[in-house]
Amino acid sequence: MAIYTKEEARKIMDKALSFSTADACEINMGGSESGNIRYARNTVSTSGHRSNQTLVVQSSFGKKSGTATIDEFDDESLEKVVRRAEELAQLSPENPEFMAPMGPQTYDDPVSYVEATAKITPEFRAEVANKSITPAAAKDVTAAGFLNDSAGFNAILNSKGLFAYNKETSMDFTVTMRTNDGTGSGWVTRDYNDICKFDAAEASNVAIDKAIMSMEAKAIEPGKYTVILEPAAAADLLGNMGRALDARTADEGRSFMSKEGGTKLGDKIVDERVNIYSDPLHPEVPTATWNGDGQALKKTKWIENGVVRNLAYSRYWAEQKGVDAVPYPSNIIMEGGTASLEDLIRDTKKGILVTRLWYIRSVDPQTLLFTGLTRDGTFYIENGKIKYPVKNFRFNESPIIMLNNLETLGKQVRVDGNLIPYMKVRDFTFTSLSDAV
Amino acid sequence: MERRKFVQLAGLGTGALMMPSLFLGNSIPVEALLDPGMDIATKKMMADTALNAARSLGASYADARIGRYLNQYVFTREDKVQNVVNTESFGIGIRVIANGTWGFASTNSVTEDGIKKATQQAVAIAKANSKIQKVPVQLAPVEAYGEVSWKTPIKKDFKEVPVSEKVELLLGANAAAMDNGANYVNSALFMVNEQKYFASTDGSYIDQDIHRIWPTFGVTAIDSAAGKFKSRQAMSAPMGMGYEYMDGLASEKLEGPAGLKLYRNSYDIVEDATMAAKQAKEMLTAKSVDAGKYDLVLEPNHLGLTIHESVGHPLELDRVLGYEANYAGTSFATLDKWKSGDFKYGSDIVNLVADKTMPGSLGNVGYDDEGVKTKQWDLVRNGVLKNYQAIRDQVHMIDQNESHGCCYAQSWNDVQFQRMPNVSLEAGKEKYSIKDMIKDVEKGIYIAGRGSYSIDQQRYNFQFGGTVFYEIKNGEIVGMLDDVAYQSNTQEFWNSCTKICDESDYRVFGSFFDGKGQPAQVSAVSHGSSTSRFNDVNVINTGRSI
Repeated sequence: MAIYTKEEARKIMDKALSFSTADACEINMGGSESGNIRYARNTVSTSGHRSNQTLVVQSSFGKKSGTATIDEFDDESLEKVVRRAEELAQLSPENPEFMAPMGPQTYDDPVSYVEATAKITPEFRAEVANKSITPAAAKDVTAAGFLNDSAGFNAILNSKGLFAYNKETSMDFTVTMRTNDGTGSGWVTRDYNDICKFDAAEASNVAIDKAIMSMEAKAIEPGKYTVILEPAAAADLLGNMGRALDARTADEGRSFMSKEGGTKLGDKIVDERVNIYSDPLHPEVPTATWNGDGQALKKTKWIENGVVRNLAYSRYWAEQKGVDAVPYPSNIIMEGGTASLEDLIRDTKKGILVTRLWYIRSVDPQTLLFTGLTRDGTFYIENGKIKYPVKNFRFNESPIIMLNNLETLGKQVRVDGNLIPYMKVRDFTFTSLSDAV
Repeated sequence: MERRKFVQLAGLGTGALMMPSLFLGNSIPVEALLDPGMDIATKKMMADTALNAARSLGASYADARIGRYLNQYVFTREDKVQNVVNTESFGIGIRVIANGTWGFASTNSVTEDGIKKATQQAVAIAKANSKIQKVPVQLAPVEAYGEVSWKTPIKKDFKEVPVSEKVELLLGANAAAMDNGANYVNSALFMVNEQKYFASTDGSYIDQDIHRIWPTFGVTAIDSAAGKFKSRQAMSAPMGMGYEYMDGLASEKLEGPAGLKLYRNSYDIVEDATMAAKQAKEMLTAKSVDAGKYDLVLEPNHLGLTIHESVGHPLELDRVLGYEANYAGTSFATLDKWKSGDFKYGSDIVNLVADKTMPGSLGNVGYDDEGVKTKQWDLVRNGVLKNYQAIRDQVHMIDQNESHGCCYAQSWNDVQFQRMPNVSLEAGKEKYSIKDMIKDVEKGIYIAGRGSYSIDQQRYNFQFGGTVFYEIKNGEIVGMLDDVAYQSNTQEFWNSCTKICDESDYRVFGSFFDGKGQPAQVSAVSHGSSTSRFNDVNVINTGRSI
């Protein structure tokens, strides 16, 4: 049993803390049960189940700290792990960036756990695979997919009296459908906290339709195009931008957020319709309401009307700068509009519809330039209609430039725990063609 | 995207404290790294418990892998030690075939009871999945090796070198970088020891002790007046060696163009950090490249990544067959191209070899993770596609009956599958030095070290950057370049290879955290080559203003 209740976890952690003789002690505990199934060539390839539980003790004497971990929770083991952490702390050099544990914090009640997801069985997973494979085979298409589901808990307790507990469930599904003649490929992704929101047959059919629609793609010249990015395509670029919103690297002058003599905090860096925030209580993308060192996660605005409102400050860096710490977001929510994908296509004279982007890598951290390729469904739009599938492109583009070239925002969709809208962007830079299907 | 996570972690210290502890295992005191762990007789008994339980539950095949994975990672920045991590992960993974279908389960409870339960779970999973299995698993035969063992031939065990010595070395490199004009420097040492015991119902009991090491750093120079920054990464390679790699032996150094120092089987981190700081500063004012066609002279520490992405991955048979279609992708190198017998992957001088036996390489082991003795084999010979990389349950699909011995799992907790062996470009047969590569280039670029890399899901179209770029004009290096990336198509690129240095320049590049599979697993792999020339490659300018 790797998922402990709040009371069970508290009892074990209290016991561990009672053995502490250090100046400060912080205990993190977590456990999860997860299962997966993987299929390819229209048959199951691998599947498995994992059960993990762990308790991490960080003991400190002054600015010297040590960490030890254990996965057995009897009294003897708990005492052993605390002693080990203390021994390690005594042997460690002083860490000038060490921050003492915080006192009790106020947390919102999380809404990220759904019992039905925690009860998924191997038979359910096999049935999900079947709901991809059977319709694919009927249409001369081959399915390759992966479902992973997980239920788990995390808790933190420290010698200053801080305690927090969270239970969370998740499921992640992706499937790639390839036509058997090798000329078409489609893909779909779905992820939820609540398995009841997941429809394997519906998702699989989206990918099958895309595969068939993308057969016999035509080559068109690379260059600057108006693009409609599906949320999965935009999410990857936005995620890379989000990870760069770090105050310390900006202050140190080695981030796209740095500028001559300071940072871009408070500057307008993208189109004024861009609003990006994080919110652990958002019903569509709920997360834990605290992070690994016990800081409360609250709704935080990162970009408001195109202006940078917040950068993430670690507790150490916040203290150095005399500001409040701002924890990294646990999700990214970008406000959207009301337009559906069909609306966006209808209003496009000439453009490219992009299902997803692939193999995205940083080219220049100074300008946040990334390269990568389109994949699994790229289509040419003319006069409000999808005209034909096109060969994949390599892009070299910065999300900052992209969000300055915004034309229209569409409806939001959950992608990988984030809420991202469809977006239409002009002058997106494609630099070469790829023969890859 | 495990790989990206680790690459970030290696490049900058910010990720160091968020290390995925479940992958690495439990933190342990440094002395515990020297603990010998479970004795071999007990391992055999435990493995037999799994094999016997599997048989009695109706499995037609089973293997058990008892793994003890020891890691020591040291992270520093400027004059500070950020973190020293010592971890141990210990457990057993049991893989079975029941009703012609694979099942896998693992447990960290390496006891009779724990092993029996895990085996039951593996068999139950196999039986549940067999209901939708179309074709039963078919395994290529393998020799029963009996009780055998293998060790990485190391000279210095990292576990016996005091942490203080490692910290001093990294802080010394950091100080050298700062003294030479760097504004920031992060450095790290990754050291791994895999103690693996494999047993299967085919009659092998294999004990292996595997070592790897990777020193690396990132040096940043800032021009605050211009609001610009540039970083230069280390020219080291991760190696399948002991701590002796850090000795910095003069005999293993090579002189590159423009005063570059290059390293073979021994690395001088202080010297490299010194050079890195000077080069990072030079990059701030380097000339921005004019886009166009150039002849590229590619140094092995750079070319290795190009080999990895454009040869290593597309010739993985599981990708070719579609098993990785939903994640890493498939391959342009389809079976019909291979069957034709004349598919020109590269020019006539291009010979690409797969191997798991090269000493000092990351892929070097005695036996793979399904008990197959390792070997070397041709992938491309005289430019023609000859073979793929395949394991026991795949080789029958290419009408072969012997596994290539390249099956791997990142831990006892993960199921083993086909992973890339070392894939290397053979040294040229004619005697050519680096100077010979450059001297007759009219308009070219010399590129050293790894940089940005991206390739499509069938491995046609790629774009690579590098660590440092030098412009070549009329056979001479004339200065540093910036904003360089080259884009090409795999087959076109390898067919444009016109000259390869001889073995005196042969060195390996490595990837410590190569990602593949779902759930994603990492593996470590090396790629050997000598400096090589590729004519008329498309170079783009990556400079932008925001």
